[in-house]
Amino acid sequence: MGRYVVRRLLIAIPTLLVISFVIYAILALAPIDPLSQFGADPRVPAEVRERIRDSLGLNQPWPLRYVKWVTAMFRGDFGVSFMSHSSVGDLIAQRLPNTLAVVGVAYILGVLMGIPVGMISAIKRYSFFDHAATTLAFMGFSVPTFFTGLLLIIIFGIKLRWFPFIYSSTLQVHDLASLGQQIKQSIMPITVLALFDVATIARYVRAEMLEHLPLDYVRTARGKGLMERFVVLRHVLRNSLIPVVTLVALGVPAVFGGAIVTEQVFRVPGIGELLVTSIGNGDIPVVATVVFIFAVLVVLFNLLADILYAVLDPRIRYS
Amino acid sequence: MEKSGYWRRGATLAVTAIMALAACNPTPGGTTPSASTSAAPAAQRGAGGVLNILYWQAPTILNPHQATGTKDNDASRLVLEPLASWDKNGQPLANGLASEIPSVANGGVAKDFTSVTWKLRTGVKWSDGTPFSADDVVASYTYQCDEKSATSTFDVCDGVKSVTAKDPNTVVVTYAASQPFYFQWGVGFNSPILQKAQYANCLGAKAKDCPADLKPIGTGPYKVNTFKPGDTVQYDLNENFRDPNKPFFKSVNFKGGGDAASAARAVFQTGDVDYGWNLQVEASVLKPMAANSTLARLLTAYGSSVERLLLNFANPDPALGDKRGEPDTKHPFFSDIHVRRALAMATDRGSVATQLYGDGLAGKATCNLLTAPEPMNSKNTDSLDVCKFDLAAANKELDDAGWAKGSDGIRAKGGVKLKILYQTTVNSVRQSTQAIMKANWEKVGFSVELKSVPAATFFTNTSPDGANHFWADVEMFTNSGDPDPTSYLSSTASCKQAAGKANNWNFGNYMRYCNADYDKIIDQLRTETDSAKRNQLAIQANDILTKDVAVIPLITRVAPTPDGVSKALKGVDPSPWDSAMYNIADWSK
Amino acid sequence: MATTEARLTATTVKANMLRPPRSLWSDAWYQFRRHQLAMAGLIVLSFLIIATLVGPYVWPTKMDAIDFAQSLQGPSADHPFGTDDLGRDIFARSLWGGRVSIAVGLTAVIIAITLGMTIGSLAGYFGRLDNPLMRLTDLFLSLPILPLLLIIIYLFRDTLRAMFGPEVGIFIMIVTVIGVLQWMPVARLVRAQFLSLKQKEFVEAARAVGDPDSRIIIKHIIPNVLSPVLVAATIGVGGAILTESTLSFLGLGFPPDVPTWGRLLYDATNFIEIAPHWVLFPGFLIFITVLSINYVGDGLRDALDPRKTG
Repeated sequence: MGRYVVRRLLIAIPTLLVISFVIYAILALAPIDPLSQFGADPRVPAEVRERIRDSLGLNQPWPLRYVKWVTAMFRGDFGVSFMSHSSVGDLIAQRLPNTLAVVGVAYILGVLMGIPVGMISAIKRYSFFDHAATTLAFMGFSVPTFFTGLLLIIIFGIKLRWFPFIYSSTLQVHDLASLGQQIKQSIMPITVLALFDVATIARYVRAEMLEHLPLDYVRTARGKGLMERFVVLRHVLRNSLIPVVTLVALGVPAVFGGAIVTEQVFRVPGIGELLVTSIGNGDIPVVATVVFIFAVLVVLFNLLADILYAVLDPRIRYS
Repeated sequence: MEKSGYWRRGATLAVTAIMALAACNPTPGGTTPSASTSAAPAAQRGAGGVLNILYWQAPTILNPHQATGTKDNDASRLVLEPLASWDKNGQPLANGLASEIPSVANGGVAKDFTSVTWKLRTGVKWSDGTPFSADDVVASYTYQCDEKSATSTFDVCDGVKSVTAKDPNTVVVTYAASQPFYFQWGVGFNSPILQKAQYANCLGAKAKDCPADLKPIGTGPYKVNTFKPGDTVQYDLNENFRDPNKPFFKSVNFKGGGDAASAARAVFQTGDVDYGWNLQVEASVLKPMAANSTLARLLTAYGSSVERLLLNFANPDPALGDKRGEPDTKHPFFSDIHVRRALAMATDRGSVATQLYGDGLAGKATCNLLTAPEPMNSKNTDSLDVCKFDLAAANKELDDAGWAKGSDGIRAKGGVKLKILYQTTVNSVRQSTQAIMKANWEKVGFSVELKSVPAATFFTNTSPDGANHFWADVEMFTNSGDPDPTSYLSSTASCKQAAGKANNWNFGNYMRYCNADYDKIIDQLRTETDSAKRNQLAIQANDILTKDVAVIPLITRVAPTPDGVSKALKGVDPSPWDSAMYNIADWSK
Repeated sequence: MATTEARLTATTVKANMLRPPRSLWSDAWYQFRRHQLAMAGLIVLSFLIIATLVGPYVWPTKMDAIDFAQSLQGPSADHPFGTDDLGRDIFARSLWGGRVSIAVGLTAVIIAITLGMTIGSLAGYFGRLDNPLMRLTDLFLSLPILPLLLIIIYLFRDTLRAMFGPEVGIFIMIVTVIGVLQWMPVARLVRAQFLSLKQKEFVEAARAVGDPDSRIIIKHIIPNVLSPVLVAATIGVGGAILTESTLSFLGLGFPPDVPTWGRLLYDATNFIEIAPHWVLFPGFLIFITVLSINYVGDGLRDALDPRKTG
């Protein structure tokens, strides 16, 4: 097991290098132009553009730029944004808290609610609760998030005026009142995201539980006279959660990647929003770094999922 | 997402721009310090609370000389000021660092138009308390006009020989040659003045990552408290601002991001923000929203922003390979004037104006490419047949020219079918415009395929999908000109400005139109100094483009943008020629 | 789907050995019919598919007929779903849009499932393939989907348009991209199941009897993997329909004159207060379709469960 983990970690390094190269190559070859914003004015002089291009180092061959970028990154230097002339590390540091406060919280809520909902749905199959939960879950992924977000804004932001719909990243939480404000401004985006997360996770948990409920070992456990609650929690849930753990772990990087649409709709200045606007601006250092960090997280959480898998399911042998 | 009101000067008009301002309106001295024009003398510095401004594009940098869009210019204008601003009539306004507007009459402008002497205000301080002087102006010029700084406002440096300090309160701008557009450098959002001390270490190659760009020290009414690039700027009032009664607000919150529709809601429905920028939403949505709002009103001012259809005169057929869309090729059917005329007559700009632009809310129908300043707005075009929507006439035009309808309803002649690829940016109003055009054009026997490209790609000179390559038959976007139209007219349609491979598609004549008569008028415009004659020439040039159907002008748009502003907010007086924030010192509640 | 066919023959063979012929499908159909919601879903879905296929030919109003006199009208006999801001008939547009949306969802998922099952089973069954294939999966998972979609659409839009025409070209691209970017969870799911199933007694037994690998995979393991994959697939169809609408939100979907449901919904959002019907109908259609598909998937899962034979 220990050797397996070490080996996987060692493999991760070349994997990440390959990924970083792929990302950079795609970006360098894609027809996105850091000067496209100037392009919105058809009459910016060519020499001016060329000079700016030069000053950004864009006239160097891209493999050279890639090598510079990767080596600088090993020193912890993520480069400078073309658009804002500030360090990419700073930009990410400014935005990560917003993403975590909204997308992260929504994900945790989604997991915490999704597992019990899925469990009850499976045990009380075809009950009123199951039907209600199923229908709600389906609603969760039957409506595009931009639309759910808009509905919430209109109902709670405009008609009822309960919650603000412009997320303020400058709000400092230092007392109860400001904490209240923070909660108020996070409720709508969190609801939109959590609805989707709960739905997905509950469906998976339900499906997995249903797989296991009719199995022999459950019958055996029941036959031994164990309490139903014990059977479900100790035996069925534990076994059903194995694939769910994979799913949950795989979803974590997406949390860091941000929920692009939701952040856009509610103006949450998070990582996802940074990524999208940077792509639009052709801000290659920012895009490359955010995407790469994302890749690192994926590789890490994949590894974590595999290890958890082994811990939870001793039948798996690693060779 | 085009930049209305974000005008710059043309690519190759180094020596061409002749500014008619002086001639067409010899501003009498212009000695009106902004302090004395204060509308509300009772207004007290800092008496207001927070001013909330919402832009759906977020500012990313606060140095206007490194700006990548209107958002950056506007966000930095609260802090950094030019010598003077452009008012809504295209005239200079002394609300900046200059105490008066120079003119030939007051001796500020040399008689041969080679130099301008600016008198600066005295006693002005930077927000850090240090005194402002002519040295700062000179240093700012040095920064802006050093090629190595790679500034995006460099084009106003073109033709400027030097900027020197005559004494601590006098600056002399000298042009290399006679320059009737003598306000080229120093006025408006391309020329805000940076602090010498702060930018001492940011010259030349070091301009690329300069910490001052994120927190510039300025002379403007506000100073930066915190700036999160791509998100929010928070400003506090500048205690050292020269007018003791201004600014009114204690702090300003400049938030970016999101979309135009919800920005409109925040202005009109909840009043969460006092100023919402560029509310480009369908008129049928915006109109009732603004009309029913007790909280806010729409700002409408017209500049020279015109939404137009360009027709391709080169051949965009991919089969041509390297020759695709090059100026020396000929379009298979638009080279026939009758086809162009028919297309123009089948163009229903009236419906577009009423249905999509709310009939004056966001724009009005026009058949002119040049709509402002007003004396240059041609009155001749409205009566032209190509400016009237008439499907029968369009059909007749094509019938007479021998373009016969085939079994598929598409007209053809000599094996050439009237198949149009019609491109524009992704934008719901534009997509609706496309739908209207398509429906009408197909009625007269064209076959129309629509294409929409994200704005960022569309306006990229290197993009094959872009406006510059124009690898399509018809394209649509908005463009606008300076208070002086020479560079605008020249770059849009003169032969020498035809975009192609040779100039890396950087030239402005995307349609590769070429007409000797037109070019002759432009040449005259470059030397003529009499204002009445200049107006006449500009109108002639405009009329040629319309009559010859090189372009089909559609809509003159509200400029700078359809912004929404709280009814409680006083002093907002938008100028189509300058930043939306040009007079923010005068705003109060 | 190739796999269900394989499964069909495999199970038929097995059933032949044990008892008088009784096919999996008749079994499954019997089970499926007892699932009321699934049946309801199937009926609604069939109705929708037939309506979108036949509707555009039957309904007299053209989907792109502009009539400003009729703009933003509520539902009426002439326009059952009302009209949009240009006075176009939303019913006609919804019928047309449904074709594209349903086709996008189904095709994308078929691509994703086929790829995912193949790679997942190979990785899960053959130890030596596991590592390289899972690295490949990781690689794909590490690529952020939306930005990639964006870039790919930029890169290939013109080529595909030239090859297949504007609508088919973008259809192929969107479907392929959604499909190719969504096989990874399926692959991991299948692999995980394989890892635990291949240690089971019935697989050991089959191996002891001398069954070749291909037979063990297709006959013994895949049937057991199918039900979680079906759940993933049903969620996937809805997901693909929604991804398409998100692309419209970001301005990268179908051309503006091709009204998919997602595009209709997106175009309508600004008008939600003054013309709620415009939002309501496409929104409801997306919702009811995804809901039906999910219920059908639910029913299928129960019906195909080999342990539950009634």
